[in-house]
Amino acid sequence: MPGRPVLDGLTLSVAPGEVVALVGPSGCGKTTALKLVNRLLEPDGGTIRVFGKPAGEEDPVALRRRIGYVIQEAGLFPHRTVEENVETVPRLLGWPAPRRRDRSEELLAMVGLPASEFARRYPRELSGGQRQRVGVARALAADPPLLLMDEPFGALDPIARRGIQKEFRAWRARLTAAALLVTHDLAEAFRLADRIAVLNDGRVRQVGTREDLVERPADAFVRELVQDFAS
Amino acid sequence: MSELLAFFSERRGEIASLTLQHVFLVAAATAIAAAVGIPLGVALARRPRLARPVLAACNVVQTIPSLALFGFLIPVPLLGGIGARTAIVALTLYSLLPILRNTHAGIVSVDPAVSEAATGLGMTARQKLLSVELPLALPVVLAGLRIAVVVGVGLATIAAAIGAGGLGVLIYRGVATVDNRLILAGAIPAALLALFLDFLLGLFERRWRRTA
Repeated sequence: MPGRPVLDGLTLSVAPGEVVALVGPSGCGKTTALKLVNRLLEPDGGTIRVFGKPAGEEDPVALRRRIGYVIQEAGLFPHRTVEENVETVPRLLGWPAPRRRDRSEELLAMVGLPASEFARRYPRELSGGQRQRVGVARALAADPPLLLMDEPFGALDPIARRGIQKEFRAWRARLTAAALLVTHDLAEAFRLADRIAVLNDGRVRQVGTREDLVERPADAFVRELVQDFAS
Repeated sequence: MSELLAFFSERRGEIASLTLQHVFLVAAATAIAAAVGIPLGVALARRPRLARPVLAACNVVQTIPSLALFGFLIPVPLLGGIGARTAIVALTLYSLLPILRNTHAGIVSVDPAVSEAATGLGMTARQKLLSVELPLALPVVLAGLRIAVVVGVGLATIAAAIGAGGLGVLIYRGVATVDNRLILAGAIPAALLALFLDFLLGLFERRWRRTA
């Protein structure tokens, strides 16, 4: 697409252990921003630094194995069992089988899908919420210091969504990974993120905590976005 | 009926050796078509702009009447001439389309979210192809292979016209001598062979579908 860039002048950093949400209407460039981090897309200009080094200088495959990636509808491999899905990255990294097994059991337990019952199932035998949990477990399998989540719970019904959001906060407490979360749902962003970056038309309108956004909206767009949350 | 069976029984040695020749023709052609068609189908799935003209060209080959194609190939140096080699070349050309088309369709139909997850998790292009895309496309690829084999068994009977052997030999001889028993001695084993191979490949296809 020639003409207007999808993203322009985006500056944002995520600290270790921090969850930052990118929020905005569809087409605002939030998914593009996420994919620049693990080099599924390359920028026309500017630098993306991951783990302190410019992402462009790293081997994209090696980089991606150190970044957890959760996408909408989970994107699980339909021909692989739950366990095999979770062990994807450890297998790519060449972990020995017993270590892979221990890790996948640990993660499946964490996301509430005990391995004894779920390890051998195929994705089609799971509910949408269960699939999404497996997607999170798969992303965390190799203990990545950074987690990218693209509308991770977007396809779930409101009840399942609330449940998994609540659990995500519990999982987070046990993890040291930084996370970048893309969502169009401001309520989800407020629930899960420490800081929120509001995007519109490829530009950052405001970056801040819930309080910053609600109490001190930077412009009319942010004000309208947060009006339901204003007390 | 019993007379016909006696006739077959008399010639069972010949029928058996011609059946083997027939199987060899089809197997060689299918193997070459798969060795070319599967990688080419994968390559076309990566280059949507090339896919249409290449698939169209294969479609055109498919429309050439088989007897004419066998005839055209006879004067061609290296590939042509009289005998099995020419027949295998012609059968390969016919088998290519279903294998190529189905491989292309199978790879293209992989869910984009699954494909993106594979790349995003750090698979190389090769790992993604071998452990995600091809396994998911395999039922469709196998279906194409099955069509190629069944069509090949039928077409290979015509290969006898250019001296390639196979069950067509009996059919041609039967036509020339107006002997229906000879025609059937070629046609029935060819039909049974097609049914048997169709059943066998269908079994593989279903088994894979179940696990995938």
